[in-house]
Amino acid sequence: MIVNEQVAIDHGLKKDEYKKICQLLKRTPNITELGIFSAMWNEHCSYKSSKIHLKKLPTKGKRVIQGPGENAGVIDIDDDDAIVFKIESHNHPSFIEPYQGAATGVGGIMRDVFTMGARPIANLNSIHFGSPQHKKTKNLLRGVVHGIGGYGNCMGVPTIAGQTSFDSSYNGNILVNAMTLGLVKKNKIFYSKAAGLNKPVIYVGSKTGRDGIHGASMASANFDEKIEEKKPTVQVGDPFTEKLLLEACLELMTGDSIIAIQDMGAAGLTSSSIEMASKGNLGIEINLNNVPCREANMTPYEIMLSESQERMLIVLENGKEELAKKIFDKWNLDFAVIGKTTNSKKIELFFNNNQVASIPINTLVENSPMYERKWKKTKMPIRNKFKKEVFKNLKIVDVLNKILANPNICSKEWIWQQYDHTVMGDTIQKPGGDAGVVRIHGTNKAIATSVDSSAVYCWAHPLTGGKQIVCESWRNLISVGATPIALTNCLNFGSPENENNMGEFVECLQGIAEASEYLKYPIVSGNVSFYNQTKDDGIKPTPTIGGVGLIKNYSKMITMEFKEVNNLVLVIGKTEGNIDQSIFARYILDKKNGPPPEINFFNEKNIGETLLKLIENDLIKSAHDVSLGGLLTAISKMCIKANKGINLKKPKLLIHELEYFFSEDQGRYIIEVHPNNIKTVKNILDESAVHYDELGTINNSNELYFSDKIKVTIDELKSSNTNWLKDYMNK
Amino acid sequence: MKSSVITFPGSNCDRDIDVALKKFGFKNKMVWHADVELPKSDLVVLPGGFSYGDYLRCGSMAAKTKIMQSVINFAKGGGLVLGICNGFQILVETGLVPGVLLRNKYLEFICKNVFVKINNKQNTYFKSLEKDVLEFHIAHNEGNYFCTKDQLKEIEENDQVALYYCNQNGDTAEQYNPNGSIKNIAGIFNKEKNIFGLMPHPERMIDKSLSGEDGSLFFKNLINNLK
Repeated sequence: MIVNEQVAIDHGLKKDEYKKICQLLKRTPNITELGIFSAMWNEHCSYKSSKIHLKKLPTKGKRVIQGPGENAGVIDIDDDDAIVFKIESHNHPSFIEPYQGAATGVGGIMRDVFTMGARPIANLNSIHFGSPQHKKTKNLLRGVVHGIGGYGNCMGVPTIAGQTSFDSSYNGNILVNAMTLGLVKKNKIFYSKAAGLNKPVIYVGSKTGRDGIHGASMASANFDEKIEEKKPTVQVGDPFTEKLLLEACLELMTGDSIIAIQDMGAAGLTSSSIEMASKGNLGIEINLNNVPCREANMTPYEIMLSESQERMLIVLENGKEELAKKIFDKWNLDFAVIGKTTNSKKIELFFNNNQVASIPINTLVENSPMYERKWKKTKMPIRNKFKKEVFKNLKIVDVLNKILANPNICSKEWIWQQYDHTVMGDTIQKPGGDAGVVRIHGTNKAIATSVDSSAVYCWAHPLTGGKQIVCESWRNLISVGATPIALTNCLNFGSPENENNMGEFVECLQGIAEASEYLKYPIVSGNVSFYNQTKDDGIKPTPTIGGVGLIKNYSKMITMEFKEVNNLVLVIGKTEGNIDQSIFARYILDKKNGPPPEINFFNEKNIGETLLKLIENDLIKSAHDVSLGGLLTAISKMCIKANKGINLKKPKLLIHELEYFFSEDQGRYIIEVHPNNIKTVKNILDESAVHYDELGTINNSNELYFSDKIKVTIDELKSSNTNWLKDYMNK
Repeated sequence: MKSSVITFPGSNCDRDIDVALKKFGFKNKMVWHADVELPKSDLVVLPGGFSYGDYLRCGSMAAKTKIMQSVINFAKGGGLVLGICNGFQILVETGLVPGVLLRNKYLEFICKNVFVKINNKQNTYFKSLEKDVLEFHIAHNEGNYFCTKDQLKEIEENDQVALYYCNQNGDTAEQYNPNGSIKNIAGIFNKEKNIFGLMPHPERMIDKSLSGEDGSLFFKNLINNLK
C-alpha cells in the first residue's frame, strides 16, 4: 500500500502530523511505520492534549514509591509492603460491545498491576450510563456488569467497591473505568525500563490475532453513526489465560531473570516495545516471524497493531530463557524469543528476512506532538433563590422516598451481587459502604479504597467539581477509619478540540491538583480519556478519583450501619442549606442551574483529621459521609443497613427543614457515639473547632421519626432504596 | 490429619481453602493437576474457581485430568472428598455424585450470604454439629442443581441430600432458593456419604471479620470427626 497524506488522515493523523513524520524520518514512511506512528501519536497513547496540564498535578509524598509514568503507581504501606494501583478507562469499546469492552478493561488494568510484580487483591469500577429511559441503557448496563463480573470473577480477585450513575449526557458515550490494587514486597517491584545490550526480548501469553487492531485510535476519535462498524476493533477477553499469565509471571518474578516487563495494552506490541526501549534509552530489534500468531498470513502491520489481550513483553537476563520457558510451559502459555535490545536507538522490525520498519525511538516518544489547546473558563453560576412557597407542598417523607429511589442514589446491590467480592478471604468491608476494605493477608493491616466522581458538580463549575471529588474520596476513606494515602484518576472528557470541553478538563484538573496538594493526597497514576463525544455532544466532565487509604489495625475499622439502640447520632461539619445542584434541587424541584456546593479546604482537612482521631480513640461506633442526597438520605442509609430506627431532634433552624435535610453541603459526616463517650467526643470536637449538630438517638422501633413530620418504617425506606434498580432491570 | 487440595489451571479458591484447613488443624498439601500421585490424605478437597476457564462445561475438563483418576480411586476406596463450588461441578462431571449444575435461574452470577439446612448428620461431615442451620456464602454462575425424577427419588431414598437452601429458621420455601436448584438442594453426598459436593463456600466464613463464622463450625467439626 502506498502511503500518502490521505492514508495518514484515515489513520487519524492530522495533515501537520503527517508532514512532521516525513520530516523526522526524512522520507515517506511505509504502511507499517505509518501504523506505528498513528498508534504512538494518538491521544490515548501520547497524551498530546493533556501532557502540559498533567504536569501540574502533585505526585510526590512520603509514602509514594512510584508516581505516574510507570504501568501503575506504588505506595508504601509499612513493613516492606507496597500497594500498586491504577484506574483506566475502557469507554469506547464498552459502548460498541459492552461485555467484551468492559471485560477487557478489567483484564487490562489487572495486567498493569501484576506487570509490576504485585498480586491483584481488589478490583473497583466506576460506570456511567445514559438516561434509564434511553433505549440502549438497559442492555449496556447488563452487558457491562456481566463483562466486569465475567472477567474479575474468573481471575479470583474480589470486586469490592464501585460507583454507578445515570445521566442523559452518557446516552451515546457510556463510561467504564476499572481500577485494580495489588500487593507487592517493596524490594520485588518490577519496572518497564529496559537495560543492557543484546538482552533477549520475550513474548509470553496469548497468541496475536487480528482483534483490536487500532483500538487505541478508535478511542481517540468522536463517535458517529457508523460506530457499529468499529466492532472488530474491540478486543476479546480470555480471563482464564490471564489467570495463567498472572500465576506464571509471578512465579518467574520470584527469581532474578527479569530486567524489564511491560504488558501489551493499548497499541499492543508497538507501544510495549517502544516504551521499554525508550525508558532504557536503547534500541530494539524484533523478528516478527517469531511472534506467535493465532491466524495465518498476518502482516507486520497487523502484528504490530493488534490489541489481542493477555500478552506480555519481557526483557530477560541472558541465559535465563530456558528457565523462563519452563515456567510458561508449565502454565501452557506461549513463549517466544522475538528479538533483542540494541544500541541503535531505533525500533527495527524484520519479517521474512526483510527489514520492514526502522524508526528512531525518540521520534515516536519525545518528538510526539504536544498541543496547548484553546480552552474556556467556566464562570461561577449564580445561586438560585428559592421562595418558601416552592417547598410548601412538599412532604419530607415523600421527598425522602423519591430521593432514595433515585437511580443515582438507590442501592446498587443488583450490580455488586454479580461480582465475587469475597474471594481471597480478606474482604472485611463489602460493596455498599463508603469504601471497600481488604485485609493485607496474614497481617493486622487493611487497605480501604473507593471510586468517586461528581459529573454534575464538575459540569456546573469544573474547578469546584475537581476539588469536590478529591475531598469526597478522602472522606470516604476516613469514614471507614482509613488514613488516605494517595489516589489515581481517570479523566473522562469530551473532545479536547472543543474549547469548552478543554476548559472543563483544564479547570477540573486544577481543582484536583489544589485539593490533592492541600490534603497531602498525591496522584500516583492515572489515565486520560478524551473524545467521549458523539458528533457534537460531549459527556458531562467526569473525572473519577480512585482513592487508597491504610488502616493500621483493622479491628478499628468503621462501618456505616447504626450499631446500638440509645446511642447518640451527630453530624459534624456545618449544614448551610445550599441546595443548588443537589439531587433535591435537580430531581424534586427540577432546577438544574446554580453552583455546586463550595469546598473549604481548611474545614475539610480539620474535620477529617478530627474524625480519624475520634476513631483512633475508639469513640465512634459508626460513621458515614454526607454526600449525594444530603443529611436525611445519609441517615436513612445508615438505618436501612442496620435495620434500626432513629428519633430525630428538631434542629435549631435558620433554614427551611427541606434545605437542612437535603442540601449537599460538603465536609460533613454522621457519627454514632455511645452516651458514655459523648462528653469526650464533644470536648474533642470543640477543641478542634469542628462544628457539630446533635441529630438524635437510635431507637428500637424500626422507624425514622421526626416530630410530627416524619414517621416512616425503615422497611418502607428500604424498599424505596432497593427496588428501583432490580425492577428496572427485570422489567 | 492430612489434607490435599488439588490446584487446576483456573482454580482460584485454592489458597482460601488452604488457609481454612490449616487454621483448623489440617496438615495441608497443594497438589498440582498434572501430578499423578495423590499424597497420603484423610481428606481431598477440590476447590472453587474456573478450572480450564469452565469453557467447555463447568468442571468437565478438570474431571478428565490425571490427578482426578487418583482422586476417583481414593474416593471409591472410601476416602473423604469434598468439592466446593467448581469442585462440586467437577464431582458431578466425574459422576461421583449424581446430577448436574445448570446456570442460575436468573442467568446471573450471585455472590451473597445464604442459609443452608443440614439434612443429614449421619456422616463424617456433619456428625455432632450442634447447629441445624448454617450461614454460608455463595459465589457462582452455575449452581442450579438439577437431576432426573428417578435420580431425585434415589437421592432422597438414600438420604443423599446434604444441604438445602433455607432462611435463618430453616424454612426451605422456594423464595429462599437463590439459583433455582431443584428442591432447594445446595449440597449432595454419594450413597456412602464420603463424597460431598456443595455450592456454598464454607472457607469464606472462618473469621468474625469476614462474612460470618459458620464455616469455622463446619471445619472444626470435620476435623474432630476425623480424629
